[in-house]
Amino acid sequence: MTEWRYWLAEQRGTLLSLGIFIVMFIIYTSNHPAGLTANVVQTASNKGVLLAFVAMAQTLVVLTAGIDLSVGMIFVLTNCLASWLVVGTGIETAVGVVAVLGTGALCGALNGAIVIFGRLQPIVTTIATGAIYFGLALLLRPFPGGSVNEHLADALTGKLFGVVPASLVVLLAVVLLVWVPFSRSVLGRAAYASGSSEIAAYMSGMPLLRAKFAAYTLAGTLAAMGGLFLTFFTYTGEAALASGNAYTLFSIAAVVLGGVSLYGGRGSAIGAIFGALAFRTIGDLLFVFDFDPLWQPLFQGVVLLLAVSLGAFGLFRVRNRLDWFQ
Amino acid sequence: MSDTTMDRLTSRMPKLLRRADPAVVTAFACIILLLFLGSLYSSSFLSPAYLLQQLKVASFLGVIATGMMLVILLGHIDLSVPWTVAVGAMMGCAAAAYGPVGVALAVPFGIVCGMMIGLVNGIGVAYLRIPAMIVTLATNAVAQGLMVVYTGGFSPQDSAPDSMRYLATGFTIPGIPNAVIIWAVIGAIMVFLLTRTSFGRSVYGIGNRERAAYLSGIDTRRIVMTAFVIAGGLSAFGGVLLAGYASKASQSMGDEYLLPAIAAVVLGGTSILGGRGSYLGTVAGVILITLLQSILSVMQMPEAGRQIIYGVVIVVMLLLYGRTPANR
Repeated sequence: MTEWRYWLAEQRGTLLSLGIFIVMFIIYTSNHPAGLTANVVQTASNKGVLLAFVAMAQTLVVLTAGIDLSVGMIFVLTNCLASWLVVGTGIETAVGVVAVLGTGALCGALNGAIVIFGRLQPIVTTIATGAIYFGLALLLRPFPGGSVNEHLADALTGKLFGVVPASLVVLLAVVLLVWVPFSRSVLGRAAYASGSSEIAAYMSGMPLLRAKFAAYTLAGTLAAMGGLFLTFFTYTGEAALASGNAYTLFSIAAVVLGGVSLYGGRGSAIGAIFGALAFRTIGDLLFVFDFDPLWQPLFQGVVLLLAVSLGAFGLFRVRNRLDWFQ
Repeated sequence: MSDTTMDRLTSRMPKLLRRADPAVVTAFACIILLLFLGSLYSSSFLSPAYLLQQLKVASFLGVIATGMMLVILLGHIDLSVPWTVAVGAMMGCAAAAYGPVGVALAVPFGIVCGMMIGLVNGIGVAYLRIPAMIVTLATNAVAQGLMVVYTGGFSPQDSAPDSMRYLATGFTIPGIPNAVIIWAVIGAIMVFLLTRTSFGRSVYGIGNRERAAYLSGIDTRRIVMTAFVIAGGLSAFGGVLLAGYASKASQSMGDEYLLPAIAAVVLGGTSILGGRGSYLGTVAGVILITLLQSILSVMQMPEAGRQIIYGVVIVVMLLLYGRTPANR
């Protein structure tokens, strides 16, 4: 096999999710009453970027063969925190943004510390820490409210040069500044390796603990990025249990659609981003086709169930039945 | 001494000693500690009426946790509990609206609906080999979607029929609420299943190593699917009882049962990786969680504090005895 075919095989999941997204987006815009205008793209990208950040966060943890069921709660917690801190003058706002991202990093680091050094299972750990984060969010915002620096919010959710959605530019910047360097660094490779075969990676002397810890911490930071953007869109903070649960669920859906293996070690955050955008677009298809919004949860659930069932096709390629029981 | 030799040794001991798992002992010690702390706070804490009331509240969680334990013993997890509970409750109440036949079939209908959700979970996990966490999250979303469409996004208007209320709040034996009797019966059946039938032994075997169980001639996929169906049915039955207790079903009534159910099972010493755990531990875990909830609400702790204490208690108790062995 030549070089590019290896590359193609490695990127298959990402390319597939890109394809799904493009097809869905074409169906969406061609049936949208307003057609393909800058405003339609802006709204779609603003909604998509929220999930894209959370999906990136989930990807980092899933790559290490873990799972983070608290991403949605970190998202809600940082939303509540941002509605207190990201206000006032330029400097105060900047400090607030840093504090919000730092809180997210801290939440992720706590998850990582418990999973790695406490040696507990990621599922139970993150369900429990998710309860803690949600409790903190409730303490911060018993009732929806708060405010945000509206200049910054409008700048980051508006359009650049009247065409390009600013949120998409921020997402691109995060990918270039965070994901690309991380995935190419020693730590990033070690995170992949720990997901693909922890024992082999351990025997090869890779910095497993540091890599996993970095993945969890970075995941918390990215979830906080999503929480920050939620505040920019809504101008308020709200400790909504349903929203936290929904984002956790959707992040897993996006990761699966984005071709990231839930067993770890395979996939990329870029795939997960397209997965997130595709999932959002699929959810919004109902609106352009004028269905009752009541059907949306069912529709999204069915899409999710079908998406995860697609993974079962790999079973047909299994030659030895024992491989079913990994 | 390694874990496997420990297991081999303990399995030869008499049952009482074998069950004296450090986790179960810790859980019971925590229950006594909580009762002691509670009695310092209020003298009515140790009165039989209060304790019986706690047992009744615990029995709803107990029924749900029984199904969760079965699934966790297999090394899987059931995250579809919230909406399976709600489906059981809503469908039970809905059936009652269709005349006397509906009233008579309300309870079984609710349970069967839950078993259907469990069946989808089981097929996904056992035959399609999708990670349990993912399938059950997805079926939870589908169940939620179905219920939102069915109810129009509001809590349904049908009220629970008398049969459901009787199961949850009535007294067949004077002094002991029916819900407690139901939990005891279900618990007894589960203990029998786990310790006296080939199904139960297969569950432990699959939880330890599914490949080995498969090579020993166990139809592991059928067992896993059956376990998920039972778990779905029990979650829905918990929902039926809850609807009878509150005399109606409501949206998101199951949300507050997912974390406690998992916590009760895991705090009771059942390994989240599967293959190890006793029902006695789950009983201890359920009572522990219920007492904790009760004390927090007696102290008028707001929801935020409750969530935080909950999470912290679970993490701390797991750090005490739920750790996996280190890489060597």
